[in-house]
This record gives sequence, structure tokens and C-alpha cells, in this order.
Amino acid sequence: MLNFAPPAVSLRFAPVWRRNLLVWRKLAIPSILGNLADPMIYMLGLGYGLGSFLPQVEGAPYISFLAAGTVCLSTMNSATFEAMYSAFSRMHVQRTWDAIMNAPIDLDDVVLAELIWAASKSVLSGLAILFVVWALGLSTSPVSLWALALVPLVGLTFGALGLAMTAVAWNYDFFMYYFTLVITPMIMLSGVFFPVEQLPPEFRAAAAVLPLSHAVALARPLLLGQIPAGILLHLGVLLAYAAAGFYAATILCRRRLLK
Amino acid sequence: MAVLAAHGLRKFYGAQEVVAGVSFGIAPGECFGLLGPNGAGKTTTLRLCLGLTDPDAGSIELMQRPVPGEARPARLRVGVVPQMDNLDPDFTVAENLLVYGRYFGLSDRAIRERTPRLLEFAGLAARAESRIQTLSGGMKRRLTLARALINDPDLIFMDEPTTGLDPQARHLIWERLKRLLGQGKTIVLTTHFMEEAERLCARLAIMDRGRFIAEGSPRELISRHIEPHVVEVHGDGVMEWADGEAGTVASRVEKSGETAFCYAADPAPLIASLARRPELRYLHRPADLEDVFLKLTGRELRD
Repeated sequence: MLNFAPPAVSLRFAPVWRRNLLVWRKLAIPSILGNLADPMIYMLGLGYGLGSFLPQVEGAPYISFLAAGTVCLSTMNSATFEAMYSAFSRMHVQRTWDAIMNAPIDLDDVVLAELIWAASKSVLSGLAILFVVWALGLSTSPVSLWALALVPLVGLTFGALGLAMTAVAWNYDFFMYYFTLVITPMIMLSGVFFPVEQLPPEFRAAAAVLPLSHAVALARPLLLGQIPAGILLHLGVLLAYAAAGFYAATILCRRRLLK
Repeated sequence: MAVLAAHGLRKFYGAQEVVAGVSFGIAPGECFGLLGPNGAGKTTTLRLCLGLTDPDAGSIELMQRPVPGEARPARLRVGVVPQMDNLDPDFTVAENLLVYGRYFGLSDRAIRERTPRLLEFAGLAARAESRIQTLSGGMKRRLTLARALINDPDLIFMDEPTTGLDPQARHLIWERLKRLLGQGKTIVLTTHFMEEAERLCARLAIMDRGRFIAEGSPRELISRHIEPHVVEVHGDGVMEWADGEAGTVASRVEKSGETAFCYAADPAPLIASLARRPELRYLHRPADLEDVFLKLTGRELRD
């Protein structure tokens, strides 16, 4: 039985968000290093290593081209991990959500708190890469500052989609399917490592509906100092995925926990 | 004015009716016990009262507010000790209270003021900075109780508060619950320990298959439902004795495994009969709540 009422969101999410922040603060240093090291290694290794074989890609050195993809990829991965593995631990393994719902906080508030928390954590990952990109001079235009606004939206989008998966997961193994069947193909189709235009037309059509494509389509021109084309379309798609994911997560969590 | 009132509660899981028309009212300062075998519907009844699941029929008022409609504000005045431990494993003892108090909208200062008193109450004054993993089961239970008191609730729900605890830890919890009752708090307790119910609860209901099958004070339930004397008999030939002579000297005989439970208002003829059968061993004791419980819910296993 599903309760389709729209999420009843309120500021009561704040103490739940603060709970997660307090846990994170205890583990902050290894967490930041972990979040930064992996995407950095890919960006620098592929960017300089593979880049040395390549002429310019879309008018920029390959590593500058790759920078935007890495920012989006890192933000997406961080939000997805937090919304799936960590939120699942709190919901199902530690029963933290049950404890919270015995207090005057509703499930909808908890789901919202987890969404905003996943986005918050992913912003750290995205910004960390962004600062490295700026520090290395891979992006020098003031236009690239707009990426600061894009990263939180990307975090919300993938946090919401991850939470919807968490709502139907019965163990951690379930998340492997999401990574191998959804996230990994999406990375290959969304222009993270190479331009989408390289793909055959049928793959390009598939790429056009994937949220990561739209994130990259905004981030890449911004980091290369250009105003993106079709800003409203890209923002609209990301917002639509975020809203649909959050709505689905709320309904599915209600079905799971309020029975 | 009742702090909790339920009328005609029903809840289905699929075709199974787990709460099948339950009504009750709980007065301020009362300790009400909900007894029943596993799967009787006790926890579901508590969840309904807290607004964590919607009833299929019936109405609930918690702290004079309709539930589930106003369950959230009603829970501001309520504390909950859940059956399963859900303390925050990443935090210290004091941090657990801090984080939980914030859920009630309390300021950090107000929580820090309350914390020493609550830890004292829970016998954890020296453990404020301990990590949860280092606590024993009894300590965790007491911390969960302290956590449930962070908002100074009027009504406390406790779902099997002493399950899995050793006797020392259990007695300490009972002592603390009596202290809370002395302070005028209301407690709703589910348990399957009859001793716990007999010690703490002024009034109880025995629940089975989603229904209240008996209600009253422990003493009323015993006098209403069962003979005052019980003689438990075992040994060679007990079943032959139970099927024959026992029926003439006891008002009721129940056989379970290799033991015959004989119930009687006057135990003298029973004892006399057993004196002539030295091969049978017996235990003579007054009837208790467990006898009522087993009579009403049966002796077969409920898993």
C-alpha cells in the first residue's frame, strides 16, 4: 500500500543533518583524503598520461577537458555512496531512523535530512577537485566560479536517486547492481572521459536522457570559460531527476518503515 | 483525563489481522502492562499509539491529541524505550543524549544541564565519555532509558525493557521504573516476563492473536482465572496418575511434556494422594500470573 502524499518537508530535518555532521567530524580527515585521492589519481593519471597521446579535445588540453568530467563524477559518486551505503546503515543496520522517529520527527523529515546530507558531503568532494583544478591552473576563467553553484545541484540529484535505491534495498550487495548496471554505463555515456559526439547515434540518444550528461554539459563549458548552451534544459533535467528521486525515496521509505 | 486512549483499533498485514479490535484507556501515573506471547500484536499496538503506522480502523488519542493526525506534536511529551537497541554507535554516552535531545528541539545548553542528572539516574555518571561499544547490555538499556527521558516526558513506552538482561541489571531497571512512577510518570510496558508485570503494573492486559483476552490487576487476574494452589508433579508413572487419580483430587490437570500441573482450591487431598505415591516428586506453590497466562494463551510454542 503506497502513500502518494507529497513529502511533508520542514526545518525539522536540521537536527538529523547535524547528527550526521557530528559523526562525519570524527572521521573527517580520512574521509576527505579518501574522497579526494581517488578522483585525483584518475584525473591526473589519465589527464597527463593519456593526454600526452592526444591532440586537443574540443579546443582544450585533454586534462582540462577531463577536469569538468571529474568534478561531476566525484560529486556523483560521493552523493551516491552516502545516500546508499551510509543511509542504509542508518536506516536498516543501526536502526538510527527508528530512534529518530520515536522523537517528534517524521520519516519525511529524515529522508529530507539524508538527501541534504548526501548532497552536503558530495559538495565537499566536488569542491575539493575544483580547488585542485584551479590550483593547477587547469581552469582560469572567472566563469568557472559558477561550478560552485552547479556542484550542490549535482549532489542533490544523485543523492535523491541513491536514496530511492536505498528504500528498496535489502542488503549492501543490492547497491552493486546499481553501480554496475546504472552508474558505470552512465559514466561511459555521459561525456566524462570523451566527448559524447564520439558515440554512435543510438548511444547519443541514450546519453541525452541521463542526468550525468546534463551535469557534464554544464560543467565543461564553465570550466573552459564559456557560457553553456541550453542552460535551462540541463538545469531542468537535473532538477527533475532530483525531485522524482526524492519523491520516490519518500514514498518507498514510507512503504517500508511505516507499515 | 486519559494520557492514552484507544478505541476499536484494528491493523491488518495482508489478510492477517494483527490487532483485532483493541480498546483501552490509561490514566496519568499508571503503569499499564501489555502481556502476550511473541506475535500477539503488542509491538504493533505500541507503534499504532505512537503514530508510526496507520490503523485500518479505530481511533487513538495520545496526550489528548488524535493519532496519527497529530502524532508528531504528541510525541513531544512521550519517551520511548524500543525493544531493539538503536543507540548511536558512533557517539559517546553524552553525545547520544545531546543528539537525541536536539530531535526534541532542545537547546544544547538545556541538554547539557539535564545530562548529569540523567546519567546519574541511569548509573552511568562515570561513563559520560565512554563509547557505546564499551558498554554492557544492561548499561545500554539504562542509557536508552535515560535517552527516553531527555524531554522529561509524561508518558514512557517501554517495549520489553529487560529482555536479554541478567537479574542484577533487570532489578536495577525495575527499581528505576518504580522511581519514575513515584515521580508521577505514566508507563506503558510490554513484556513476557510475568514477574516484571506483577512487580510493576497496577493493571495489565493479556493480549493474544491481536485481542485483549483478559484485563485487570495482577491479583484480580489470578483470582478470576485460576485456582489458588498449583502442584507440579513429575516422575515415573506420572501420566498414568494424572489420567486417573489426579482428576478426583484436583479441579484441573494440565499435562505438559513429563510434568502434570494440578490446580486446586484445596490442596490437601492432592498432597495426600501424592504421599501414597513416593515415586512421584512434586512442587507445591501458590498460583501466579504465569499460570493465568499459560491457561489463557496455551502452552504450545509461538515462534
